[in-house]
Amino acid sequence: MRFDTPSGTNPIDQLKVVGHALDRIDGPLKTTGTAPYAYERHDVAPNQAYGHVVGAAIARGRIASMDLAAAKAAPGVLAVVTAENAGKLGKGERNAARLLAGPDVEHYHQAVALVVADTFERARAAGNLIKVNYVKEAGAFDLEAARPGATVPKDGPFGPSVSSVGDFDGAFAAATVQHDATYTTPDEAHAMMEPFATIAAWEGDNLTVWTSNQMVNWGLLDLAKTLDMPKEKIRMVSSFVGGGFGGKLFLRSDALLAALGARAAGRPVKVALTRPLMFNNSTHRPATIQRIRIGASADGRITAIGHESWSGNVRGGGPENAIQQTRLLYAGANRLTATRLAVLDLPEGNAMRAPGEAPGLMALEIAIDEMAEKLGMDPVEFRILNDTQVDPEHPRRPFSQRQLIECLRLGAERFGWAKRNPKPAQVRDGQWLIGHGVAAGFRNNLTVKSGARVRLDGRGVVTVESDMTDIGTGSYTIMAQTAAEMMGVSIDKVVVHLGDSRFPVSAGSGGQFGANSATSGVYAACVKLREAVAQKVGFNSNDAVFSDGTVQQGNRRVSLAEAAGSGGLSAEDSIEFGDLSNRFQQSTFAGHFVEAAVDADTGEVRVRRMLAVCAAGRILNPKSARSQVIGAMTMGVGAALMEELVVDKRSGFFVNHDLAGYEVPVHADIHDQEVIFLDETDPMSSPMKAKGIAELGLCGVGAAVANAVYNATGVRVRDYPITLDKLIDGLPV
Amino acid sequence: MKSFTYERARTPQEAAAAAERQGAKFIAGGTNLLDLMKLEIETPVHLVDVNGLALDRIEATEEGGLRIGALVRNTDLAADQRVRRDYGLLSRALLAGASGQLRNKATTAGNLLQRTRCPYFYDTNQPCNKREPGSGCSAIGGFSRGHAIVGASDACIATHPSDMAVAMRTLDAVVETVRADGEARQIPIADFYRAPGDTPHLENVLSPGELITAVVLPRPVGGVQVYRKVRDRSSYAFALISVGAIVQKDGSGHVALGGVAHKPWRIEEAETALPRGARAVTEQLLADARPSRENAFKRPLVERTLAAVLTQARA
Ligand SMILES: Cc1cc2nc3c(=O)[nH]c(=O)nc-3n(C[C@H](O)[C@H](O)[C@H](O)COP(=O)(O)OP(=O)(O)OC[C@H]3O[C@@H](n4cnc5c(N)ncnc54)[C@H](O)[C@@H]3O)c2cc1C
Ligand code: SF4
Repeated sequence: MRFDTPSGTNPIDQLKVVGHALDRIDGPLKTTGTAPYAYERHDVAPNQAYGHVVGAAIARGRIASMDLAAAKAAPGVLAVVTAENAGKLGKGERNAARLLAGPDVEHYHQAVALVVADTFERARAAGNLIKVNYVKEAGAFDLEAARPGATVPKDGPFGPSVSSVGDFDGAFAAATVQHDATYTTPDEAHAMMEPFATIAAWEGDNLTVWTSNQMVNWGLLDLAKTLDMPKEKIRMVSSFVGGGFGGKLFLRSDALLAALGARAAGRPVKVALTRPLMFNNSTHRPATIQRIRIGASADGRITAIGHESWSGNVRGGGPENAIQQTRLLYAGANRLTATRLAVLDLPEGNAMRAPGEAPGLMALEIAIDEMAEKLGMDPVEFRILNDTQVDPEHPRRPFSQRQLIECLRLGAERFGWAKRNPKPAQVRDGQWLIGHGVAAGFRNNLTVKSGARVRLDGRGVVTVESDMTDIGTGSYTIMAQTAAEMMGVSIDKVVVHLGDSRFPVSAGSGGQFGANSATSGVYAACVKLREAVAQKVGFNSNDAVFSDGTVQQGNRRVSLAEAAGSGGLSAEDSIEFGDLSNRFQQSTFAGHFVEAAVDADTGEVRVRRMLAVCAAGRILNPKSARSQVIGAMTMGVGAALMEELVVDKRSGFFVNHDLAGYEVPVHADIHDQEVIFLDETDPMSSPMKAKGIAELGLCGVGAAVANAVYNATGVRVRDYPITLDKLIDGLPV
Repeated sequence: MKSFTYERARTPQEAAAAAERQGAKFIAGGTNLLDLMKLEIETPVHLVDVNGLALDRIEATEEGGLRIGALVRNTDLAADQRVRRDYGLLSRALLAGASGQLRNKATTAGNLLQRTRCPYFYDTNQPCNKREPGSGCSAIGGFSRGHAIVGASDACIATHPSDMAVAMRTLDAVVETVRADGEARQIPIADFYRAPGDTPHLENVLSPGELITAVVLPRPVGGVQVYRKVRDRSSYAFALISVGAIVQKDGSGHVALGGVAHKPWRIEEAETALPRGARAVTEQLLADARPSRENAFKRPLVERTLAAVLTQARA
């Protein structure tokens, strides 16, 4: 099905199942510990051996020699895989650094070997017996130092690296009120609960991998490319994913090495990265340095807005696209955005939840707060004044829906914004300094081709199959809701199977495109199935009404079970998106409001209250959508207050590479969270009229926290994370 | 993890004798030792399990104090009525540490002997004098935000991570041990930990095989007892710094610091400055401080936190 005209009324609009806050259909599996995650698939292949990944001890250089003798002779060892004996390996389309080092080492903890043994402990012990002789080379590890040599990267899929409209320099210089400041965001880790994990088994030259991956088809293609084998000979299964946040968008070392290990050992092999490897062996969100300049007239209208960003990556890696939101978020006739990329020899940087948008808004939305203060304006009103309903770079291109003003207004009302004291460092509650902050949330809506197969059987049960993944988001449930709505059955009559490359290729889970695209794929397949059912019983498919497990035309009513008959009926289709997203800017919006308390003595920051008001198209399931948003808000608190991969600039690696050193929020950090969804349907986005929500929930949160901390203390911190050492000198004595 | 042999000791003396041999180690709750063994930072060849030694009771001493068995779990110690009534500082320090699950396993002796959380210590690719004597110290000139500002050496700037030990130091606890030859000793906690010097791998004065049997608290000293732990997140994080204080009505008292040194940091003479306030005490406590650029904030943080603690205690 091609989607290139705005959606009219369709069966989804009945909202009998879609739009309801239903429990997850996979909930019981998870709460009883029976959801089959990759590493626990003991059932799928007999005689599984254990692989242990050995990471490089240097950041950059060469392996001169490796002594494997002791490891090979160690008890229980079945095989040792290295680049020397792995055979010729390609590199995945979406990998910049290779997944197995040798002889060159491109980053710290890049895999240099996999040891396969009959137990995990023996594999790990043998791994420590491998002696590697490295020839170290100097590397670049410091973004600030590499900044002068950074270059303009080639334009990426999400827009040009440099864009300009009007005369930014002239307008900025002429502006009555100016703001020019530099902000930094650190490298961040996905730090998902479930590590990278894969079981691989060969049958002849056919390979099956049970893995934890957000994008089954990308993983399949890149595994085939890396192993130089036809993709038809690989089956990839990723039924449950224990968190990914973008880290599992790509093929990673666990999957490749499990496949190589299984081939070398001649039996199935399971590999999970140990926690200390999770931070340097994998990808991360790259650090940024961002310079933002805003000029405005005295009445608060932005006349010039400029945003430049610097980030680093390994050779072949891309930039952190932090300027993207600035191209679209606020009005202003004179505009400039620019991205620059430096070569760094740290581990590969790549997508992490709201890539570019999250760090970009962490900077931009502080700058907007600073500008409002300089203008003597309320930061909510300043944002509203500078709202735009069209793409400011291309004013003839409207937003399909843009309810930022509504989000901010309703949020301000519900949050009690009017009671905020605009003067910083005025409000106290015992030992605590209290502050309130706001930020706009903004994330574009992406749509990606997505397919599904639906089957109706003789019991009236609808089965949905798609290689879509559920990374904890609720894909199983919303896809079941979609099929139930379309076929006129209750949700308990729908079975959903996901995450298997034998199923039709879906959008996968990423870029907040998953929910809308994948349910639209189910919609498309169901339209075909409805036609097949109608035809079978001799109805005109346009007039047939599907409800209560039956199909009806005029007075004739046939149960779906009967219609399907013993042979059943099935249909498959994909949704493909036309140029509506070119003609209309499709985006999602939020108002984020935060109350922060800062200990007046120690500078410890504790977030007390958070509110997000979101406008993101039709909300397919308010319960799972809310979970997405509160999870994202929690991540935003982490980014604002504690998350930082610390670079050892001498040796070139992330030092705090475990969960004791890389702190993410715990329950005690998160108090009161509230989420409100505005009533919105977006017929430009898809037949579901839905949009993404999962990254919107993060976009802007960090700045809202930062602005609240400023309001509490009067100390403006422009370098994340806002830890107490950056506040303490400015606190009252 | 390297292979090792394992035995369950039946008496303290038997345990001490068994652990005297080269490469042997006691295991109690295992919450620190097992993590270190998985990473091959600790590589014992023989484990002596002390969990069966019946050292899990808290008893009154003749002097009016408490004898806490080496195997009393952190959870049980924190919840003990006598501890909560007379040694509130200890209870609060324990509850500020780790998580409920860990405290259920962690023991009194194991907590005293837990090793540093310096991230370089945990990465066997990196030079670290504490892990591999003579290899160098990666933290000096590297990531040192959490490290010691006082009492460190050119060989090591690690901190001791225990919250409980700060309370024990403030309370003047005494560590009771038995050696392999059967000899029992009493070691005041002030003498228990070593400064890093040139031998940061030697963290305390125990001899090989010496078993901690108990930690003894003196008669209660009363006063207002406060433990204030400052950290980057609200729970489940090690201290950036912490302050343990006992403040008497007359303004006198005891103060020890966590997160600033290789051991709980207390200088008794500094306490004479307590009536003059936090600045005067901090000046003496941290007179010899040599912070790095990254952890220089700890000095003002100590002073501010101590000021808050004193205000709270005197309120
Ligand atoms: C995630 C995490 C977070 C933590 N957070 C904190 C925190 O915030 N604050 C804090 O203070 N601690 C914290 N801890 C540390 C925790 O308190 C210690 O791991 C625990 O107290 C160790 O006790 P154990 O009985 O498990 O010791 P074990 O691991 O069994 O032993 C530790 C050491 O003590 C030796 N030993 C044990 N018993 C004896 C004995 N009777 N005589 C002589 N030697 C003995 C062992 O040989 C070993 O060297 C944390 C730990 C973890 C894993
Ligand atoms: S501070 Fe101590 S523990 Fe840390 S690297 Fe240096 S020697 Fe090792």
